[in-house]
Amino acid sequence: MNAEFLVISLLNGVSYGLLLFMLSSGLTLIFSMMGVLNFAHTSFYMLGAYFAYTISQVVGFWPALLIAPVMVGLLGATFERYSLRRVHKFGHVPELLVTFGLSYLILELVQLLWGRSTVPYGLPTQLQGPLFTLYGTQFPKSRSFIMLVALVMLVSVWLLLTRTRIGLVIQAALKNPEMVEALGHNVPRVFMLVFGGGAALAGLAGVIGGNTYVTEPAMAASVGSIIFVVVVVGGMGSLAGAFLASLLIGILQTFAVAIDYSMVHLFQLVGITVTDQTFGYPLWKLTISQVAPILPYMLLVLMLIFRPKGLLGTRED
Amino acid sequence: MKFAMKITSAAVLLASATGAMAQKGETVKIAWLDPLSGLMAAVGTNQLKSFQFIAEEFNKKNAAGVKFEIIGIDNKLSPQETTSALRSAMDQGARYVVQGNGSGPALAIMDALEKHNARNPGKEVVYLNYAAVDPDLTNSKCSYWHFRLDADTSMKMEALTTYMKDVPEIKKVYLINQNYSHGQQVSKFAKENLARKRPDVQVVGDDLHPLAQVRDFAPYVAKIKASGADTVITGNWGSDLALLIKAANDAGLNNVNFYTYYGSVTGSPTAMGSSAAGRVYMVAYAHLNLPGDINRIVVDYKKKFNDDMYTGSVYHAFTMLSDAFVKTKSTDPVKVAAALEGMKFKSFNGEVEMRKTDHQLQQGLFISKWEKAGGKFPLDSENTGYTFVPVKYYEPYVASTPTSCQMKRPS
Repeated sequence: MNAEFLVISLLNGVSYGLLLFMLSSGLTLIFSMMGVLNFAHTSFYMLGAYFAYTISQVVGFWPALLIAPVMVGLLGATFERYSLRRVHKFGHVPELLVTFGLSYLILELVQLLWGRSTVPYGLPTQLQGPLFTLYGTQFPKSRSFIMLVALVMLVSVWLLLTRTRIGLVIQAALKNPEMVEALGHNVPRVFMLVFGGGAALAGLAGVIGGNTYVTEPAMAASVGSIIFVVVVVGGMGSLAGAFLASLLIGILQTFAVAIDYSMVHLFQLVGITVTDQTFGYPLWKLTISQVAPILPYMLLVLMLIFRPKGLLGTRED
Repeated sequence: MKFAMKITSAAVLLASATGAMAQKGETVKIAWLDPLSGLMAAVGTNQLKSFQFIAEEFNKKNAAGVKFEIIGIDNKLSPQETTSALRSAMDQGARYVVQGNGSGPALAIMDALEKHNARNPGKEVVYLNYAAVDPDLTNSKCSYWHFRLDADTSMKMEALTTYMKDVPEIKKVYLINQNYSHGQQVSKFAKENLARKRPDVQVVGDDLHPLAQVRDFAPYVAKIKASGADTVITGNWGSDLALLIKAANDAGLNNVNFYTYYGSVTGSPTAMGSSAAGRVYMVAYAHLNLPGDINRIVVDYKKKFNDDMYTGSVYHAFTMLSDAFVKTKSTDPVKVAAALEGMKFKSFNGEVEMRKTDHQLQQGLFISKWEKAGGKFPLDSENTGYTFVPVKYYEPYVASTPTSCQMKRPS
């Protein structure tokens, strides 16, 4: 592994991690505040991409970058107001089920409206091509843009939560909703705002994730499980934790792909020769690069065993 | 006595006359068992439309005078679902079944039919496999009731490496495939064939990644780049191919050529677009701009659905069935299966033959290259303005591979 490869992989890992952060920040807010494991979160991500695709055909990409997340946010808020709030009183399982149902509903609607195949949602001309070339490898503008948007988002959400009145109310409602309500704040409305805001963040990720990768009906399911890992590893409700976990997972996955060593090599180091006759050879010969995509889930399990509150989480329960 | 003779001969004549056209006007129900939901939904939907569309075309005019009816059932890409879908299709009176996505479901059908056909004489069902390319299906696991219309992985690799043999610029090859039977076989056959035909070529990477899980192929592209490869061979399809090529474009991997199996399948052309022009090759038994009858079908299909009819074996399925109906004067699957064995006919990819020993269609293969559409090749893929332009055609014998099939024929 040389310096060139190291730098490029680090960049790739960080930019992928930042996209994961954009996706999971909304989820972690919603989860910590409302206790709702929002299964439809990545569906909002998908909606963001599809909305942006349609809007950008009419008014161009840059207005779509604003309009699409707002639309997704409004949809999220509406869903919270008229559906989630109603089932809230029945406990967490019905809440979980209703978001589960919503994810199917959105998937089918997207397939009905935009079809089952990939839509040609391309990058705007300003984002096409490389930003800079490093050791002969181009680093695309689109990826840099993801990084930029994610960082801007992190800073503004952090400022919103710590420096504004509504942010303080949200933080308070996060820990002691009854007390906040007793102080005269409209907690259900705060919930609606958080849910809508979380959905809008996912929508924003969809707008720029959709054209950097592909916009297709399977895009929601493909990131669905990984963002739960981010939220759990980072610590429930911790934005900074989600940030850290996203970067960690992004970099972990990127570098794991590059490592072609397997248990066979490890055995060789200690002087045991493993051949295809050895018991369990199919397992031993798996290289780290082959198991790269499941490493985050391994991390999830380990984290839950050894540090259930996550990296920066505060709650032990 | 004379009169009786006349009557008998008239009766015989009459009987043979009606016998000659016994199948005429019959409805042939074909069960289509492939995914309409999940990951492969887009591909499945396109192929179901292809079957329905070409059935309509054949219903207008076919030599056998039969009417085709397609019963499409979603098998969710699962062998278990496939078995129950098959049962339901047979209950609806289907005596022919077609399937193509995944060798798992394909094996499930072969297994189920072996049992069903042995236990229910007179109700046999024939299976036409239009796209599942696992070589085992016509080798160790071959079945009399299975007929493969696609070319299997080993045949395609044979043609692909025959082409690569004559490209001296190829020095370092990188293999990247999906980690399941198909991808593993592409990797295996690529290594075998290259070692045989181009021992000087170095295989600098052999990656297997999980099927349809990877969003970000940039790490793999960085790895390809670091390996110094000039050529990538991949059996990837769907988003796995689209994202791989997109990531390669983004990273400016301009000096690496991609040799693919499924470049024209739903999703990939859009991702490749203009930036992949001249760098992506495909090995297949067809391309979009074929001459003859199929050209009209591809054009009309695009007009009707604004989509590409890229599964040419669908056309072969109907051609072979109606030919067999004419030959046997019947739509009985037992007779038709016997007639399909060894059937030869002229098609868009040359003189093709359903090899009797293993029921693998021996056919010509094209190597085509992703280029701007126009001139002799006006039809583009997914309205991108680009299409796979054939650069080389290989006669059936080039791609033919031996079989180890010990066919058990019903007595």
